[in-house]
Formats: sequence, C-alpha cells, structure tokens
Amino acid sequence: MELLYASMLGLLTMSGVYLLLRARTFPVVVGLTLISYAVNLFLFAMGRLNTGMPAVLGQASEYSDPLPQALVLTAIVIGFAMTAFALVLALRAQGELDSDHVDGKGDQG
Amino acid sequence: MTLALIVLLPLLGSVLPLLTDRRGRSLCALATMLAPISGLVLLWQHVPAVFAGETVVQSWPWLARIGLNLSFRLDGLGFLFALMIMGIGLLVILYARYYLSKNDPMGRFFAYLLLFMAAMLGIVLSENLLLMMFFWELTSLSSFLLIGYWSHSTDARKGARMALAVTGGGGLALLGGVLLLGQIVGSYELTDVLASGDIIRAHALYPVVLVLVLLGVFTKSAQFPFHFWLPHAMAAPTPVSAYLHSATMVKAGVFLLARLYPALSDTDLWFFLVSVTGMATLLIGACTALFKHDLKGLLAYSTISHLGLITLLFGLDTQLAAVAAVFHIINHATFKASLFMAAGIIDHETGTRDMRRINGLWRYMPHTATLAMVAASAMAGVPLLNGFLSKEMFFTETLQQEQFGNYSWIIPLVATLAGVFSVAYSLRFVHDVFFNGKPVNLPKYPPHEPPRYMKVPVEILVALCLLVGLVPAYTVASLLAVAASATLGGELPEYSLSMWHGFNLPLMMSIVALVAGVLVYATRRRVFDWYDQLPEIDGKLIFERAVQALVRGAGQFTLLLENASLQRYVAWMLIAALTVTGFWLVRLPTLRGSVALTPVDGVTFVGALILVVAAIATACWHRRRLVALIMLSVVGLMVALTFARFSAPDLALTQLSVEMVTIILMMLALFFLPRSSPAESSHARRIRDVGLAGLAGLLVGGLSLAVLTRPYETIAGFFLENSYTGGGGTNVVNVILVDFRGFDTLGEISVLAIAGVGIYALIDGLRLRIPDTDSFGRQWARDPHPLLLVNLSRLILPLALMVSVYIFLRGHNLPGGGFIAGLITAVALILQYVANGEQWTSKRWGINYHYLAGAGVIVAGLTGLGSWAFGYPFLTSAFDYFHVPLVGEIELATAMLFDLGVYLTVVGATLLILTNMGKLSGTRSAREVL
Repeated sequence: MELLYASMLGLLTMSGVYLLLRARTFPVVVGLTLISYAVNLFLFAMGRLNTGMPAVLGQASEYSDPLPQALVLTAIVIGFAMTAFALVLALRAQGELDSDHVDGKGDQG
Repeated sequence: MTLALIVLLPLLGSVLPLLTDRRGRSLCALATMLAPISGLVLLWQHVPAVFAGETVVQSWPWLARIGLNLSFRLDGLGFLFALMIMGIGLLVILYARYYLSKNDPMGRFFAYLLLFMAAMLGIVLSENLLLMMFFWELTSLSSFLLIGYWSHSTDARKGARMALAVTGGGGLALLGGVLLLGQIVGSYELTDVLASGDIIRAHALYPVVLVLVLLGVFTKSAQFPFHFWLPHAMAAPTPVSAYLHSATMVKAGVFLLARLYPALSDTDLWFFLVSVTGMATLLIGACTALFKHDLKGLLAYSTISHLGLITLLFGLDTQLAAVAAVFHIINHATFKASLFMAAGIIDHETGTRDMRRINGLWRYMPHTATLAMVAASAMAGVPLLNGFLSKEMFFTETLQQEQFGNYSWIIPLVATLAGVFSVAYSLRFVHDVFFNGKPVNLPKYPPHEPPRYMKVPVEILVALCLLVGLVPAYTVASLLAVAASATLGGELPEYSLSMWHGFNLPLMMSIVALVAGVLVYATRRRVFDWYDQLPEIDGKLIFERAVQALVRGAGQFTLLLENASLQRYVAWMLIAALTVTGFWLVRLPTLRGSVALTPVDGVTFVGALILVVAAIATACWHRRRLVALIMLSVVGLMVALTFARFSAPDLALTQLSVEMVTIILMMLALFFLPRSSPAESSHARRIRDVGLAGLAGLLVGGLSLAVLTRPYETIAGFFLENSYTGGGGTNVVNVILVDFRGFDTLGEISVLAIAGVGIYALIDGLRLRIPDTDSFGRQWARDPHPLLLVNLSRLILPLALMVSVYIFLRGHNLPGGGFIAGLITAVALILQYVANGEQWTSKRWGINYHYLAGAGVIVAGLTGLGSWAFGYPFLTSAFDYFHVPLVGEIELATAMLFDLGVYLTVVGATLLILTNMGKLSGTRSAREVL
C-alpha cells in the first residue's frame, strides 16, 4: 500500500510541476492545485496510512494520528484561498495587460 | 528615572515644533527649547553626585536574556557630553530661528534636530552597549534627515546619502565589535566591560574587536581614509553643521574612544592604529583646509584635522594625553560651533560662501568680525584663548613618546606641521573674509549685521573661549577633572591648566607654528598655484563611482535571476529544492525502511489508478482548458476518497466541499480567460520540463516511501488522552482545531478573511471583455437561468442549510465542525447564485460578506479573550453538559462559540471571493455571468 501511495504522490506531483512550468496563467493555477493536493496528501501520510481508525473517540479501538489531519484540514482551506487569489491575479493581469502570459513575453510570440 | 527622562524628553518634545509650526517662528523655536531646558534642569540635579566622582546608574530589565537592558549611566564624561549636547543645542536652536528662511519648514527642522539630540544623549548616557548601538544608529539616521533637509538640492541628497552610507557601514562594524565585546565579557553593561579591560586585552579576539570598534569610531569621527563624507555633509543648513559637525555627531566617535579607553587601550595595537590614523587625519585635514575656497569647506577640513588631533591624543595612550584629549573636545566644540555660526551669518548676509568673493567685510559687520576673529584665534592656538591651552598640552604629550623608536620625532614634527597649517588657515579665514580688499560681486549687497539675537549664541560661545583661556581654574577645571577621571576609570594624573609653564619646548613649537603659519599665508599665491597643479583626488567621486558600480552590478545580477518569467523562477526554485532535499535523500542507506508494507486491495488500487490517470490527463490536455478542468475535478474527488479510505472523515468532507467551490471558481475565471493555450513551448523546453517534473515526482515519491516505511513516533497520545477530558469532545481533529491549537486556527481564519478582502480589492474596478461564444464557437444559451435548476436550487437550500447546522453541531464529537459546515453553507448559497443570478440573489439575501468574514474573526477572537475575564490564558475553553428535553444530552463549550467564528469566516470569505468574481461583468453587460 505504501508503495502505491508513494508512486501516486510522485505522479501527482509530476503532473503538477509540469503544469507549473507552462507559460500561461491558467495551466499554472491548475498545476498549483494539483501540487497542493499532493502536498496535503503527503502531510496527511505523515500520520501513516491507517484503515478504519478515524480519530473519533469511542468509534474504534485504535485511532489514527489526529494532528496531521487537523493541520491538513486548515491547509485545504488555505489552499483554496491561495488558488482563488492566484486566479484573481490572473484575471487582473488579463484585464490590465490583456495577456495571460507568465513567461515574460508578450502576445507576439 | 531622570536619566531615561533626559533622553526621552527631546524624543517626546520633537512633536512640539511640528504642532507650533504654524503659530509663528519664535513660538516654534521656544517650544523646541522646552525639551533641552528641562533636560538641563534634570541634569543639574545630578551635579553633586557627579562632581563627587560617583557614577549614577539607573536600570530597568528589558530583554535580559540577550543582555539588552534599558540602563543609563551618568558619570563625568557622560555629564560633559550631555551638557554640550543640550547647551550647544539650545544655542543652535536660537540661531536656527533666525537662520532659516520663511520658506523652510521650520517645524520639520526642529523635529529632526530634537530627534538627533535624543539619539546623541542616548549614546552618551547609555550604560548598556546594545542600547548605545541603537542610539548610535539613530544618530546616523537623524543626521541623514538633517543633512538632506534641503532635499531639493542634489548636493544635499548626495551628501546625506554618503554620510549615511559611511557612518552606517561603520555602525555595522561597531555592532560586530560590541557583540564580540559582550561575548568576551559576558555582559553588555559598561560597568562590567570597563572593569574587564585585562580580560579583553588578553582575549584572542581582541584585535578583531579593536579593529571593528575603531572602524565605527573612525567613520563617525571622519578619520582618514573615511573623512571624505564630512565636507560633503556641509550641504546641510549651517545650524546643522554647527551642531552635528562641531560639537556632537562627529564627537560621538571620539566619545566612544574615551568611553572604552579603560577597556581597549594600553596595547601596542591600540597605539599604532589610533595614533597613526589620528596623525594622518590631523595633517591631511589641516593641509586641505588651507586650500578650500568655500568657507564651510575650510571649517569642515579643520574639523577633520582637530578630530585627528583628539584621536592622536587618545592613541598616544598616556593618562595626560587622555586628559588633553577631553580638554580639546570641550575647546573644539566651543570655538568650532561659534565659527560655523559666524560662517552661517556671513553666508546669510552675503549670499555666498566663496572666500574669493567675500572680502573686506570688516567695514560692513564689525561685530560679527570681532567674534569670528576671536574664535579663529582660538582655533589657531593663540595664547589667552582656550585652544592654546589644549594645544600646549598636546605638544607636550607628543614629545613624551618613544613607541616609534628612532622615528619618535615624527610625532612632534607632524604636530608642529599641522600647527603651522592650522595657523595659516585660521589666518586665511580672518584675513580673506574681513580684510583683503573689497567684496567681489556679492549676490546680496551691501551686507550688514545679522539680527541681534542671531549673534547671541556666537557671543556666548566666544565668551566661553575667552573665559576658559584666561581663567581655566575657575571655569573648566572641575568639569575637566571629573570628565577626565571618568575617562581614565577613576584615576587622575597631575596636570596644570595654567598658561605659563616657562620657556620650554612645547612653547617653542607653538611659536614656530605661529610664525611659520603667518609666513605660509603670506606666500599663499605661490602655495595655491602649487596646490592647483596637483592631481585632484576626490573621495566623493570615488565613492559615487563605487556606488554606481555596485548598483549596476546588482542590476545585472537581478536581471540574471529576474527576467519577469515565472517559468524561470519556478525552475530555479525547483532546482534548489531538488538539490537540498535530494542531497539528503540519496545519502540514505536504503530508501525503504524497516516497516513492512501493508497489502494492497483491489478497490484502493483502482482508485489510485483513476487518480493518477486523471492527473496525467490534466497535464496532457492542459491546452484544452475546460477538459483539463474536468480532469482536475476528478483528481480532487479522488483525493477526497483517499482521505476517506485512510481514516480521515473530516478531511474527506472538507476536501469534497472545497473541491466544489474551487471548480466553480475556476470555471468562472475560465469564462474570461482564453479557452485554450496555444502550443508554444519548444520541444527542448518540454523535455526539460518533463525532466524537472519527473525529478520532482521522484523526490516526493521517494520521500513518501522513505517516511512511510520507517518506524513511527507521534505525540498523538496527548491529544487522544486529553481530547475528551480537557476539550470535551470526542472528535479529536475538531478539538485540536478549536481548542488545543485554537490560536493557529484563529490565525488561519484571519488569513482566509484577509485573502477574501484582498481578492475583493483586486477585482474592484476590474473590467474584462466578455467573450461572445463558448470554446466551441457557439452562442451562449439565451436563458442563463434554466427553470429546472432555479426550482431545484430553491428546494435544496433549506435542506442544505439544515445539513450544515447538523454538521456544525455534531462537529465536536463526530466528523464535522465549523470549517466543513461553513463550506457546505457556502456551496448551498453559491448554488442560488448560479441558478438565479448574482443580482437576484444579492437582493434577497442582502448580507455583506465583508462584515460576515470580519464578524467571524471577531467572534473567534472575543471567545479567546473571554477566558481572560475568568483569569485563564488566551483561548482556554470551558464546557459543560446540559440535558434538553426531546433533544437529549447536549454539550455546550466555549469552543463551539469559537467554531461559530470559524464558520462565519469561512462562509463570509468564500462568498466574498465567489460573488465578487461573479459580479465582474455585471456592470458592463446586462448578461450576468452567474
């Protein structure tokens, strides 16, 4: 299971990073979202992969680590705010510059 | 308390001139004088103690662990300087009242001046070296403001910048020296440092400390080769020069020499570094001064030369030399301040400072001329004046040196030579300006005496020169004695201040200097011609060139890294992250740890496969943006399922609702952005990117595997044990959020609210072109709000709200809570916007989301503060159980109130973001986006 999870994270990160290196705003934001998924999953996995052990007292005999979960929960919400901010920045650039380039070149290229 | 107050008063008082600026210049000046006058009164109360040889120390602990305390100290040396700073400060304020023209903002000037005064007083009254460093830097800053006061002039700006760069750089070195000193001694308190002279001198780092401290001293006191900033600081208004560049700022350096004298002196290194620097400065300053045609330029170089003299005296490293140095500090301050003021009067009345044009002023302003002549004679070291006394002591000391072995005669020779030039330039100041024919082409003609009160400060200072020179025993003797004994650490050698010591070698040197000086001046034509054909070495030019080269270099370096291409920055960041993390990863003996792998089940495998395929599809199809977005949402849903699969129901719920909001948001944005990206990356670039991405993937994958297969230690036990007993909830994740780590959550929702407001600000006023067709070239549907959706959404709203209330209430004990409930509410409301349009919904809903988000943060913050009212630390939670009929046992916790704040913030911020984006086109087009 651990190997599967690790390879999943690797491929997820790879897709995200590739998009992050594109020259336009939208793919970059999509890439950012993919990377934040990967980061959240990575942080979550620091509490190890447990099956059927939610951190709710009285629901099971053993519990998974609640701390990474609490951290990731806030990270998901903050990640949303960040994605939204990046998107709006992209829109603002579109409005002001009439361009969605992030490679420092104009629309001529 | 009083010592701190002396420093604090000018700081507080700097508000007064700003307030009284519009009510007349005299009132403004009077208001400014309040602080130094009260400071002097406070200082006076310590006179008995100080003159009894005591050291007054007043101390308050501040950051005691790093050795920084608010501690102040008053001994003879500090008293002398504080007296000069406030006394001459008062005279300068009176003088500036008449000097500044009506167009100059006087309030600002006096505010800067008081700020500077506070900084200076802080230096001389600090007991703690770190505290002193703070004031030291403050003098650099405030002198920058004062020198650049006439900010419309390029010279003033450049001069100010240069002074700041040089003294600031020296301050940095001094900070290093002070920190080392504190490390060596184990305390930053001066009392301890001064008592540990032997330890410091024996320490291996002593040379480093000494050099660093001296760098600070030499830059501040304009010692060769750092002297070049002082002449250019003459672009400051003359009151500033009279104050900063004669009595205070430049004396801060020599003050520090005197202050640390017991701790650092008495070594060969001290002797060579300090005396050679002092000698070079003394001679170079005196020579250059003679050739300056600018009145203030002459005085500036003369100041440099006299500072060199004081430095040299400290460098000679005998007790008598130190006494002479302190004495000369007093004398130089009096005659140089009065000369600067006289130069300012001349400049004020004639409109120029060029000595080739201002001649024969005796006829026009005899009163000022008399004053200037007395002060200039003191500068030249003419008998009966104070300058003569300290100069005699100086000459005597230069003859006592044998440290240079057979070359020891160099010191008295240099001293005499400097004396010759000092006589010559003093003579030039007097003769060129007041005699020497008639004025040439003056901007203001005829010149006349300045206003009566403008001369008062000069008169007082000149009277002091005379009194000290004539009857030193009744005027300066006791002050000098306490200051010198404080400098030397309590001891005081035998010395005599009387004028006549018999016909001896120092007197001979004085006579030689006087006669030769007159001769040099008499043959000045030839000397000037000789000087003019010398190649000019301008420190300013070198400095400016260095600055320009530095700026150019920095610009090129920046351009190398920052070329406005995000791709390049991301690539650099990735490479850095890969290198740093990869370095440690490959050093692991085995990637896989000791923990056995758990078996894979079929469903999980298929789920992972879907996630990976969708992620890769997102990347592959990124140019068809809508398709990529759909693929992205598949990934997001699979991530939510992954959380659910691995025992994190709270995360799954959060991810699910965030996912919906994110995708709606992205679709909204996509409406305005191009629907597809052109294929523009070159083949090589794509291969590079795939390579980088592959490496990053390998790194993250490898890292995850390495962690997951290694033994597991956790602090989870604490939370699991205390969640119910301490936090009153069984959902440990939620209890962590609202209780254990409540402070984090409070910060987090603040960020969320700020992001919402930031997005609002970014969108405000933004106009975007609305595309006519969708990505396939079709017209938009005529009816933006399909009836089915409208009706369904209205049906769903109450249900969804009820679910969110339920999720909120159970959050403390079962998966749920403020975050998730807030997101569900947000999704339900967004559905209304989508179905019915932004205007329709806003009209009926009528809630300002700014307030909602703000209210959330306030509710959460107040809940935290509430625990203070009961005497508990911030965010302590309390809870109890209540039995409610029908509903049964329920728990009420303050944490729930906190969670309510979270809920409100999440709803407010999310809707703030989405509705504003939806509103984007509303003002321009009848058609709504939502």
